[in-house]
Amino acid sequence: MDLEEAKEFKERCTQCAAVSWGLTDEGKYYCTSCHNVTERSKEVINTGAIPNTKIQAINRGLKRKRKLERGWDWYVCEGFQHILYQQVEALKTLGVGPELKNEVLHNFWKRYLQKSKQAYCKNPVCRRKVTVLEDNQSHSDWDSEPELLRDFSCPSFAESGTESQPDGLAQKPFPISKASQSETASICSGSLDGVEYSLRKEKGIVKMTVPRTLAFCYLSLLWQRETVTLSDLLRFVEEGHIPYINAFQHFPEEMKLYGRDKGIFAIESWPTYEDIYKKMIEIAKFLDLPRFPDITEDCYLHPNILCMKYLMEVNLPDEMNDLTCQVVKMTGVGEVDFLTFDPIAKMAKTVKYDVQAVAVIVVVLKLLFLLDDNLEWSLSNTAEKYNENNKEDKPRFDFRKWYQVMKKSIDEKKQEWEEARAKYLWKSEKPLYHSSIDRAVAFKRREMVVDLQKQFSTLVDSTPTVGRKKPSSFQFNWAEGDAARTCFHGHSLQGILQNKGQSLTTKNSLYWLSTQKFCRSYCKHVTTYEESNFSLSYQFIINLFAFLLRIKTSFLHEEVSLIEKRLFKTKYSKTKKKSSRSRKGRKY
Amino acid sequence: MSDFSEELIRSKTEDDQEESCVLSGTGMYFPWLQKHIDTVETGGKKEKDFAQTTSACLNRIQEALLKHQWPQAAGYMHSYFQILEDSDSHKRQAAPEIIWKLGSEILFYHPKSNMETFNTFADRMKNMGVMNYLKISLQHALYLLHHGMLEDANRNLSRAEMWRYGEKSSSQEVLINLIQAYKGLLQYYTWSKKKMELSNLDEDDYAYNTASQTMLNHSWKTSVNLGALIQTPGVWDPFVKSYVEMLEFYGDQDGAREVLTNYAYDEKFPSNPNAHVYLYNFLKREKAPREKLISVLKILYQIVPSHKLMLEFHRLLKKSEKKDHHKLGLEVLFGVLDFAGCTKNITAWKYLAKYLRQTLMGNHLAWVQEEWNSRKTWWPSFHFSSFWAKSDWKEDVALACEKALVAGILLGKGCRYFRYICKQDHQVLRKKIRRIRKSVKKHSIVNPGL
Repeated sequence: MDLEEAKEFKERCTQCAAVSWGLTDEGKYYCTSCHNVTERSKEVINTGAIPNTKIQAINRGLKRKRKLERGWDWYVCEGFQHILYQQVEALKTLGVGPELKNEVLHNFWKRYLQKSKQAYCKNPVCRRKVTVLEDNQSHSDWDSEPELLRDFSCPSFAESGTESQPDGLAQKPFPISKASQSETASICSGSLDGVEYSLRKEKGIVKMTVPRTLAFCYLSLLWQRETVTLSDLLRFVEEGHIPYINAFQHFPEEMKLYGRDKGIFAIESWPTYEDIYKKMIEIAKFLDLPRFPDITEDCYLHPNILCMKYLMEVNLPDEMNDLTCQVVKMTGVGEVDFLTFDPIAKMAKTVKYDVQAVAVIVVVLKLLFLLDDNLEWSLSNTAEKYNENNKEDKPRFDFRKWYQVMKKSIDEKKQEWEEARAKYLWKSEKPLYHSSIDRAVAFKRREMVVDLQKQFSTLVDSTPTVGRKKPSSFQFNWAEGDAARTCFHGHSLQGILQNKGQSLTTKNSLYWLSTQKFCRSYCKHVTTYEESNFSLSYQFIINLFAFLLRIKTSFLHEEVSLIEKRLFKTKYSKTKKKSSRSRKGRKY
Repeated sequence: MSDFSEELIRSKTEDDQEESCVLSGTGMYFPWLQKHIDTVETGGKKEKDFAQTTSACLNRIQEALLKHQWPQAAGYMHSYFQILEDSDSHKRQAAPEIIWKLGSEILFYHPKSNMETFNTFADRMKNMGVMNYLKISLQHALYLLHHGMLEDANRNLSRAEMWRYGEKSSSQEVLINLIQAYKGLLQYYTWSKKKMELSNLDEDDYAYNTASQTMLNHSWKTSVNLGALIQTPGVWDPFVKSYVEMLEFYGDQDGAREVLTNYAYDEKFPSNPNAHVYLYNFLKREKAPREKLISVLKILYQIVPSHKLMLEFHRLLKKSEKKDHHKLGLEVLFGVLDFAGCTKNITAWKYLAKYLRQTLMGNHLAWVQEEWNSRKTWWPSFHFSSFWAKSDWKEDVALACEKALVAGILLGKGCRYFRYICKQDHQVLRKKIRRIRKSVKKHSIVNPGL
């Protein structure tokens, strides 16, 4: 009983005429002298006292709570919009410019809704289908639904506490208005069109899925020429900096998810590079996007810059950058027309910037060291000897030392990564269930798991596992002076390169091609990567880079072969004639 | 018990709506088809990463357990619990048992774990679904027993005994019997403690009466608890032993005999040497006729020819009047010495040396030859190599002498073992060795003339 709080109520009691009020637990006034409880309750002034959502619902007025348990009426596309919103917000905190959200992604999404006929068009799908559904049924539900013509606007971007911010995405008018819903339509899903959405199969329409949200993000990043590659984006997802798995748990509380929504929004797999890459092209084509802004030499995505970045990442000498630039120039992979994504072009395909840059580095390593399990070691011997005798000089790059340092670091990283994968907790705090019947079971199960986890968490090793990593485009940190993490950036390539006239050439004049024959069929694929056919050094290099980008080794091998194909065009045409020889002399 | 278990079972059908489509019209269920459909649904992907996480996690827990890295195992366990929320209902239902087994192992050994954490964990797991309640209760009780908490163990068993779910299935019945039997075993323990106290009391003492009364009380309850289990086929050695002890104590010899006979001879029970040992010991205590004792040991001989009771069996057979018993006596001795574990058993060798002479004197060369034929290829190197001669002589001269005698009889004077022992010119044993030479000359089955 809170007498202090009841002071402002000054009316006399209807039974004993006293003015002495207390507050019941429910917030109603009761007379302290005769214990008569009134119907009057204390006005809520402090809005913080009751859950926000309730207030939002009242304030908004547009949302009608259908039944106590039901939550708001919402469409599947609003769910995706919400996920996109979260992701782009996360990207913003990672340092991406605000235009990405307000202009680029917003427009892409608008265009998507339009193209998929969900909104911004005359006859949106959701409305059409729902009406049809309703026509088929007896109209029993209609009397209880008087607001058939009520205005329904999409709030999902605004819901997330950004009402005050007048940014583009937040103020989007969502014209799925006057949609009439039947109660039955959502029996097997929390969203209005969940069931119908999962059944929808229209030719030529790219249906939205959770992985495709990442494709949308990447498209916007690419449009903005941001300093984020696709592998970076996926790594940020993996490290939890960008919402993806269980992104639905940050939906407003009133957006209930169950039944078919589970199949649409619950994700139990990591996004893969190839998959998202394909989806991105698919969406760009579907949206009919014009040619993307040019990727010029000063862009982050240009191979020259990316090569530099990856050289630093894997602790290779800076001097190698000259060589990578040369290879880029000779192969023509640095040209604007080659690099710029043009979805309308006949064969829409974009460059896998990060994979390509890494492939260039692999080719350069092969040029320098041949990587035949032989030459690289003998070169290391000479470098080692030289370094011992000339301690004052700039050290020469010693492949063996580099290998030892890298092997150790990458093994540690890999182990850490595998451990994190094995320990990853997939299930959301908000359990998903199929219908309201097994709701209780789902919640109970969750409670049980949490309970057991709590019990075992006290038994876990007290040494805290490395906390959440700060987002960074670099995974390694090479410091000068640390013996275990020797930094090779400043080492010279003297001894591997030699002066010939005015230009430098590699001492090694041999080369072997990663792929001798390309698939003749229309797929234009390279032959598959059978690890055991290759030298151990090559395997190590490929594994190292594939792990950095979290891609399959065969994927990188393929890219290396493609670079080689461009670099040795003439040789390739020769090898076709006499394919038995694989080693090719080469000078440049 | 929360009503959750029922919900769990019921929800299974609702949870797997997609799965139900695999049920073909005839009501047949094809698990492989389900898998196939799953891969189609996920766009040809074989396994979701969630499944990869859980299986990798399981592997790592097992590895950590093998290496006794309890905190690491607990860390992985922490994440493995999410399998309880797996959308694959088969995996989800198999999970509680796996979790219980791994989790209890971790909690048993983990330095930071204690009785309380184990109990909470056990109680949690018991009530997760209905399939594991009895099993976990029993194992929980065993854990408590291990930590000397007899009272708590007993309480746990009683609770489990009362527990019922649906119709009593056969697997449940065995478990319930087992639970009751363990309860009985605990009561036996109290009983035998009381018995000890009683033996220290004076019979005229007032306390004696009350003590014997409570004892009687306990024994009655115990027999009820143990009785049911013993009826079902299985190996129940500790239960049978304690049950028989109580029956004997109260003079119910017939009851005890019946239990033991049943335990030893019922064909439904798995072959169990101890069953025959118990019966034999009981009959010996009862002073049963020799004939009967021999028949019991004959079966034991067939199951375990190297059992330590075999020498006793040999003595019984020797005393018997029947000729085939005498022959069997020889067989038994040879049989015992076939086993590597008995090679240094001096009594066995002594018996064999003595009995060989006796048999040969009784003109039963054929018996000896029959036994020896199957062994003459491997016994010489198994028992009578010069290596054994040296080491036996070094370790146990008496054993060496007995073996030398046997070797001489079976292999003749030329045998290495015999020659080595005879060459050892030992002051004290000179006489004995001379005697051995003599009897070898007399009895050796190998005719030097041939």
